[in-house]
Amino acid sequence: MLALAGVSKSFPGVKALDDVRLELRAGEVMALVGENGAGKSTLVKILTGIERPDAGGITIDGSPVSFGSPHDAWLAGITAIHQETVMFDDLTVAENIHMGHHPTLGRGPFRRFVDWRAMKARTRAVLARLEVDIQPDTVLRDLTVARKHIVGIAKALSHDARIVIMDEPTAALSQHEIAELYKIVGQLKAAGKAILFISHKFDEIFAIADRWTVLRDGRFIGAGAIGEVTRDELVTMMVGRRLDQVFPKITVPLGETVLEVNDLSHPTEFDGIGFKLRRGEILGFYGLVGAGRSEAMQALFGITKPSRGRVRIAGRDVVVRNPSDAIRAGIAYVPEDRQVQGAILPMGITENITLPVVDRVNGGPVLRPARERAVARRFGERLAVKATHWDQPVGTLSGGNQQKVLIAKWLATNPAVIILDEPTKGIDVGSKAAVHEFMGELVRSGLAVILVSSELPEIMGMSDTIIVMHEGRIRRRFSRAEATAEAIVTAATGGG
Amino acid sequence: MTSLRYEVADRKRPAALDFWLRWEVLLLVLLAAVMVVNSRLSPWFLDYYNLMDSTFNFSEKAIMALAMTLIIVTRDIDLSVASIIALASVLMGLAAQAGAGIPLLVVIGLATGLLAGLANGLIITRFQIPAIVVTIGTMSLFRGIAYVVLGDTAITAYPAGFSWFGQSYLMWSIPFEFALFLGLTAVFGFVLHFTTTGRRIFAIGNNPTAARFSGIPVDRYRLALFALNGLIAGLAAILLTSRIGSTRPNIAAGWELEVITMVVLGGVSIVGGSGTISGVFIAVFVLGMMTFGLSLMNVPGIVMSVFVGTLLIASIAVPILIRRALRR
Amino acid sequence: MNPSTHSSRPSLASLAKRREIVLLVLIVALLAAVGARAPVFLTPSSLADVLTDTAILLMLACGQMAVILTRGIDLSVASNMAFTGMCTALLSKYHPELPIVVTLALAPLIGFCLGAINGALIAWVKIPPIVVTLGTLSAYRGMIFVLSGGASVVTHEFSRPYLDFPRQTLFGVPALLWIAALVCAGMAVFLTLARTGRSLYAVGGNPLAARYVGIGIERCQFLVYCLSGTIAGLCGYLWVSRYAIAFTEVAFGYELTVIAACVIGGVSVAGGIGTVSGCLLGGLFLGIIGNALPVIQVSPFWQMAISGLVILCAVIVNSRGEARKGKLILRDRSPSEPQIRPETA
Repeated sequence: MLALAGVSKSFPGVKALDDVRLELRAGEVMALVGENGAGKSTLVKILTGIERPDAGGITIDGSPVSFGSPHDAWLAGITAIHQETVMFDDLTVAENIHMGHHPTLGRGPFRRFVDWRAMKARTRAVLARLEVDIQPDTVLRDLTVARKHIVGIAKALSHDARIVIMDEPTAALSQHEIAELYKIVGQLKAAGKAILFISHKFDEIFAIADRWTVLRDGRFIGAGAIGEVTRDELVTMMVGRRLDQVFPKITVPLGETVLEVNDLSHPTEFDGIGFKLRRGEILGFYGLVGAGRSEAMQALFGITKPSRGRVRIAGRDVVVRNPSDAIRAGIAYVPEDRQVQGAILPMGITENITLPVVDRVNGGPVLRPARERAVARRFGERLAVKATHWDQPVGTLSGGNQQKVLIAKWLATNPAVIILDEPTKGIDVGSKAAVHEFMGELVRSGLAVILVSSELPEIMGMSDTIIVMHEGRIRRRFSRAEATAEAIVTAATGGG
Repeated sequence: MTSLRYEVADRKRPAALDFWLRWEVLLLVLLAAVMVVNSRLSPWFLDYYNLMDSTFNFSEKAIMALAMTLIIVTRDIDLSVASIIALASVLMGLAAQAGAGIPLLVVIGLATGLLAGLANGLIITRFQIPAIVVTIGTMSLFRGIAYVVLGDTAITAYPAGFSWFGQSYLMWSIPFEFALFLGLTAVFGFVLHFTTTGRRIFAIGNNPTAARFSGIPVDRYRLALFALNGLIAGLAAILLTSRIGSTRPNIAAGWELEVITMVVLGGVSIVGGSGTISGVFIAVFVLGMMTFGLSLMNVPGIVMSVFVGTLLIASIAVPILIRRALRR
Repeated sequence: MNPSTHSSRPSLASLAKRREIVLLVLIVALLAAVGARAPVFLTPSSLADVLTDTAILLMLACGQMAVILTRGIDLSVASNMAFTGMCTALLSKYHPELPIVVTLALAPLIGFCLGAINGALIAWVKIPPIVVTLGTLSAYRGMIFVLSGGASVVTHEFSRPYLDFPRQTLFGVPALLWIAALVCAGMAVFLTLARTGRSLYAVGGNPLAARYVGIGIERCQFLVYCLSGTIAGLCGYLWVSRYAIAFTEVAFGYELTVIAACVIGGVSVAGGIGTVSGCLLGGLFLGIIGNALPVIQVSPFWQMAISGLVILCAVIVNSRGEARKGKLILRDRSPSEPQIRPETA
């Protein structure tokens, strides 16, 4: 039904896609498999008309198409359910589903008028098909993340899409909701739609996909029927190397406890978080998207206010009311959202690196550019940041280099504990390896690291201890030796 | 360690075109054009004493533009400044009627401004309401109080020496107001461009979330800037009241927009994060000299606003359109 | 899960409705309070006066709301209104023979053109709305002086029909009110029923998502400034006719009163939230205060301070209502837990 051939796309500093092909057939689920940064998101963006390919083309039913805007793709019958739902928080469910293609009265002088009754009826019908109890009049803001997701699916269904793209649709769902989703996928298949299913959970892929395509580092690796491949083969194709070789795990003898957290809780986000962290340790936090890991870390860092809990650093109680308290106490937090929470994109590398400690670096309130640059150079070079000059705006760097700048920024605060929240999300393989290698260097130099990641191999490959969170609570703890992929995933999805 | 060695230069190699495309340079060209045209049209324009006296017409607004620059750089806006002037002027007038001395009047003017600015800042940061909405409210409230107190009367009972602030000259020819503006320009320029405080202000304006994640107390900074802006408005109230020697509730009406025009024309981005004090400094003169030239030709002030409004839009539109044309 | 927590948290939609009800209650209370001090205020003729006095504000607020919905702001409405008013006044002075229909057609047209300038600069040149309309606020105001040479047009200089038309009554209601009712009802229908009207909410609520579903953001932006300008133009004639005088400073600073009416009516300056009914209530509230003060022997000079206070109270109350609820990760405490029915098959 839909075919992509020879598609390439480059961004400044990164070749996101290189000669990729993909073929979707009616009534089939195609699993698109690849690590973070393998090019899946870029592929989705090209299919949905957000990005245009540098080379290669798309054909639908044999005839070539090109999408100048997301709307073109929509008109061609392609809809995507995005990871981060792009919807209207202040409008009702019914309008969210129909925005842009409202049903109209269709005749007379009022033919361009919205037929609210028909719209609500249709909404009710499509929600009934999904067998969920959501009212068409509910304002979207009042729904939980999972339910917003379901509205997104309803939106794709309501429009007579022929090709449905699901970009990690289960990431924020509970097991119960996932079962629901599978059923919906079955319905779509039966209705003759082509489905592109993006996931890196293998259980899921083997449960619902008919065929598979693997991408790695922006390149097409292989494709075939799901019945003719084993899980191990897929993993090997996806990772390219064996698991134990990928991660340069360095084990150093653990020192004294530097951070002790007890019963950290929040009214709505997380509850009873407690752990100990020792010098030289990498503590992995695993969980599904929306399990409350980032929220707990941000409370630890003073961004949000916990309702109760005790934090001890180097054996002393500390009260962290804001990030500057945290920085002073020796905690550094490299946030997940680089563009919004991490970097100040229009400002230069130097200014970004020195920002949290700008007074300390300049030795007073007056700026001394030479001192600042020396600090930026020291930490920037330690991370091997690639740039043309140290005043280059961070926004012009590639994702991997932005991340390196951010880690440099937080190292410059001279922390005892560094929290890395999804440090390799969406960066190229080279930078990824550099970040992993650097984590080893951090613990060797006596820091303690908290690694928050949704990438199972990363968590298993890098951590000394693994904590699994589910729905705001700690579900299980594993030592490196006892952790198995199955046990971790089971705990993360609420089982075990 | 990675084996890769990679040389990163300290700073960008300057390109010749960069200099000429700087906003300040464009403004200087514009200022030169205004000066040339004006001196051609009026023989009295290029007279030292005339030029010095012309600064009386914009010094108060120019001083306010300095503080407003910081507000706009941090993504905020303050529409209530002119109303703060009215309020401060009225309170000073009441005090003067009650027989207060000059030092007390100055304290009252500054304190009123500071408190009014603090009120703005507190409402904005406590309730996380956009500054534009809050200051529309306080704009009505502050000037409203002035109206409640004065109605349609005026206060003119200021002590004899009070006119010094707004009418005196330093070294026989430089108006005190203008000298104060020059001094404050140096102070604001230094703080914004050469101190860690300025760095943080730019960080907040470019990305308030990342600034907070970097340990900057964003709301405390915003609160402080609103307080400062109020204080400067209080200062402007002293100067203005002293210069015209009377207080009416409609004093400085519409000034908030003139001040913001100065700032925006000076190249400060209305969406925050960029701008320079030097740009605002030059923009003050562009507008001031334009007004002065037109007044020499007996063009009424209200017609001026056509030029000012058009200049404001054109100064932003033209670079955008040129850039767009170049890209094609 | 505790079922009682579910019902105790009102949804946002009901909150918005509740705010309009609160505003309505406040207006009734205000009327009652004023009526208690001065019963004459509650007589039909006095209330009709209030309505006539507020009609222009209500229309302008509706136009402004459409702009604010798209995350914009139109500071030039008062200048636009004054300029158009002067144009029609001069036309009436020098060509008194022209039928009133010409004025009625010309006023919105001039307003439309001025609005279109704003719209084009904002939508296609991409200058921030506050900058553009700040500039045209000055420019349009100055053009009045250029046009009139600084002179006023006063009562006896207008043609009779020019002054009489808004006062003519139909079923006992003056034409001014009919026009206002038509404009406001038109806006309400447009914003709730027309596809384009709904798109405005999308553009303001989430521009990125609006682009995804194929809504032309630029087109919407252009449209709202044209709308706001057209209404301002129409109001320009009505204003000048009502007060029978046109001069350079007509409605000076009135743009902020208009915005205030929107804000009090619950329109969010962050875009995407607002209703015509809320806007009308906000405008009425301000109008009643303005008209009631002289009646209860409070100096009219109180009006400005009171509206300022009301705006502040309104936005503070709104900010409480709009407070974010967080992500609600902890399921057993979350009030709106997904209730997917157990599989039946």
